[in-house]
Amino acid sequence: MRFSRTSKALGMMAIAALALTGCGGGGATSGSTNAAGNSSKVILADGSEPQRPLMPADTNEVGGGKVIELMFAGLVSYDPSGKPVNELAESIEGKDAQHYTIKLKKDQKFTNGEAITAKTFVDSWNFGAAAKNAQLSGAFFESIKGYDEASAEGSKVETMSGLKVVDDLTFTVELKQPESDWPLRLGYSAFVPVPSGALKDPKGFGEKPVGNGPYKMADGGWQHNVQIQLVPNPEYNGPRKAKNAGVTFKIFQNDDAAYQDLLSNNLDVLQTIPTSALKNFKSDLGDRTIDKPYAGNQTIALPEYLPEWSGEAGKLRRQAISMAMNREEITKVIFNGARKPAKDFTAPVLDGYSDSIKGSENLNFDAAKAKDLWAKADAIQKWDANKTFTIAYNADKGGHKAWVEAVVNQLKNNLGIKVEGKPYATFKEARNDATAKTLTGSIRAGWQADYPSLYNFLGPIYKTGAGSNDAQYANPEFDKAISDGLKASSVSEGNAAMNKAQEILLQDLPAIPLWYQVSQGGWSDQVTNVDYAWNGVPLYYNITGK
Amino acid sequence: MAWYILRRFLQLVPVFLGATLLVYFLVFSLPGDPIVALFGDKPVNEAVAAQLRAQYNLDQPFWIQYLLYLKSIFTFDLGLDFTGREIATVLGEVFPVTARLAVMALIFEAVFGIVFGLIAGLRKGKLFDATVLVASLIVIGIPIFVLGFLLQFFIGVQLGWAKPTVSSAATVQDLILPAMVLGLGSFAYVLRLTRTSVIENMSADYVRTATAKGLSRGRVVRVHILRNSLIPVVTFLGADLGSLMGGAIVTEGIFNVPGVGNRLYRAVTSGEGPTVVSIVTVLVLIYCVSNLLVDLLYAWLDPRIRYDS
Repeated sequence: MRFSRTSKALGMMAIAALALTGCGGGGATSGSTNAAGNSSKVILADGSEPQRPLMPADTNEVGGGKVIELMFAGLVSYDPSGKPVNELAESIEGKDAQHYTIKLKKDQKFTNGEAITAKTFVDSWNFGAAAKNAQLSGAFFESIKGYDEASAEGSKVETMSGLKVVDDLTFTVELKQPESDWPLRLGYSAFVPVPSGALKDPKGFGEKPVGNGPYKMADGGWQHNVQIQLVPNPEYNGPRKAKNAGVTFKIFQNDDAAYQDLLSNNLDVLQTIPTSALKNFKSDLGDRTIDKPYAGNQTIALPEYLPEWSGEAGKLRRQAISMAMNREEITKVIFNGARKPAKDFTAPVLDGYSDSIKGSENLNFDAAKAKDLWAKADAIQKWDANKTFTIAYNADKGGHKAWVEAVVNQLKNNLGIKVEGKPYATFKEARNDATAKTLTGSIRAGWQADYPSLYNFLGPIYKTGAGSNDAQYANPEFDKAISDGLKASSVSEGNAAMNKAQEILLQDLPAIPLWYQVSQGGWSDQVTNVDYAWNGVPLYYNITGK
Repeated sequence: MAWYILRRFLQLVPVFLGATLLVYFLVFSLPGDPIVALFGDKPVNEAVAAQLRAQYNLDQPFWIQYLLYLKSIFTFDLGLDFTGREIATVLGEVFPVTARLAVMALIFEAVFGIVFGLIAGLRKGKLFDATVLVASLIVIGIPIFVLGFLLQFFIGVQLGWAKPTVSSAATVQDLILPAMVLGLGSFAYVLRLTRTSVIENMSADYVRTATAKGLSRGRVVRVHILRNSLIPVVTFLGADLGSLMGGAIVTEGIFNVPGVGNRLYRAVTSGEGPTVVSIVTVLVLIYCVSNLLVDLLYAWLDPRIRYDS
């Protein structure tokens, strides 16, 4: 106690000294002692160095994604609950879930003054899809007719035949097949328009992107490895208007340093509390924390190319493993409630989510039944007692070791087999084995939604031959159920069909759903109005000073 | 003398080639495909991946990749990192920061190490000596990251004397705390080295002679004891500058210093071979040059040492 009084006094002295010498971090922390909802505050948030130049279609990770999301506005954006609302789109109309007509709002501009027309969109999307531009998120355009020709290796085709400009503000899109949830995708950052200069010089543009979103980049705003400074775009008139004087992403190499900064008001918002602070962040920060589920989940994928997981015996074994783990206990003990036990393959924040799909009882803990199922599988195909069941994970980030160990112990105790965690030194090594189909056991997998749709959690992962199908799951019945859902005429009908498809998955369990992700973040006492979006990212534009 | 320096510089050539080859090979043999990792959990688009591999020469066999890299060095065009920036620009950004940090750490450990070591040596066996010895033992015993987190928490968060992390400009003021942490381990060594050396020299014949001929205590200490005691210390400090720069990864991580260590860590984890090799090569060169400077300093400190022939 004696200590804290001195420290306060010294802290005040230090603040006074900093104010006097003008060293307040580049003027980022301006007067913040006003009443609630101070809009003159620059929000200091944590970020990471973007992996690639800041081109929307080339950005597929959080560090760059957060910046792109604030700097660009697409046809639609998602509201906090994940519902799409129009930004640049006047209307998006689809007749048969395959042919869409998109009308744009009038007089929309980039911050450099260039007008945004139908041609801007078509050119931007063609650029993102064409193989020669090597954009990481190019596959987001795969549903559009002509994508295959444009994206083939070494292809000379630079446009997709499914995109047609009708007039200045109208263009049409033809998809390869009906996809009722396609309009939901349009809020993803790969679909935003980019100015014509970006297409001529993507590298230069990636350094100093020019967008049309609620924020624009400050002059020399991207100081590499240090910070990215965004200031409000006064001309922006969409639903995400900035309520503060800017957002500065301070780049951190490790979350622990960011947490110390948060504790000393050197940082305003920390998106994710580091694992090391999960036990005491609530006592450190009081009511300045958030626990909010977002559209992400964690699973264990069981590759069907391994004989022990294939066929009828494999199916029984997968069910046995699923029932042999106590998800409630792990989410409580290991994660302090920062995860919620899974009841399906998607996430609870999504429109159409249901926690009582037929077959979801296969995700409940039932040790006796698990033993029973395992014995039944043994009757068909004997499990070699010397064989070790492995759960692979990457040890470099994400803090997976603790829960993998917990699952290992539960499986050992409840099934009486040999189980081990198998750490990969790096994420890239783990991905390599997963994509090369050379896994020797199960692997932890996770999915974070790109756009708020049930399909996004099912199609890209479990459809036969899908890109992220680590388990190599192939079930024509499931494929058909999914494609039926995509043909549905309305979103709610589509959702019902997706949940029907999930019934198949819950029996087959190509991957075992573990839990849903929950964002746990915190903020300093300098800011207020902090809330998180459906995807676990803070709504930076809403944050104000106190 | 000039010949000696020239010879030493020629020796840098094989060191340079060996270091680049070795490091390039190590990065090359890291498991996992860096381009696949760029896609994260998302499906890998083979056409895009192939294009990127070609752009970064990752589709070539090891020797070709290495030779292409050497060529890029001699044409002064190191190429681009994954963020699409000139590696040379990246080096130009991170090295000044880490150099500032390392030099500050070096000054810290040299000044405090030598002063405390000298006093402890002159008062051998007294209370000050004993205290300093125990304290330095503790500092040597505790790993640097523990000290880093402790100081960050108490000085940065609890007392608020300094910011827990470095600001965007990484000014000298910001770097005081990280530099202390970085220099703390070596500080203890410098202190102990100076102390031992001083104690040894105090009983040397020339010190007794100097005292006997009536020189003041201050002059004896400064000119006869201290100067002679500095030889091993200078060797240590010189070699330490190189390791401070390379070894700053932990400290830079704790205090979020945007320097060499941070960039190197990211380059290693993402498998950016050319970036890793370029950074490490510059570190190796700094190490070699600082060693050369140390050898030259010997001659100044101890006139008995000559570099002729």
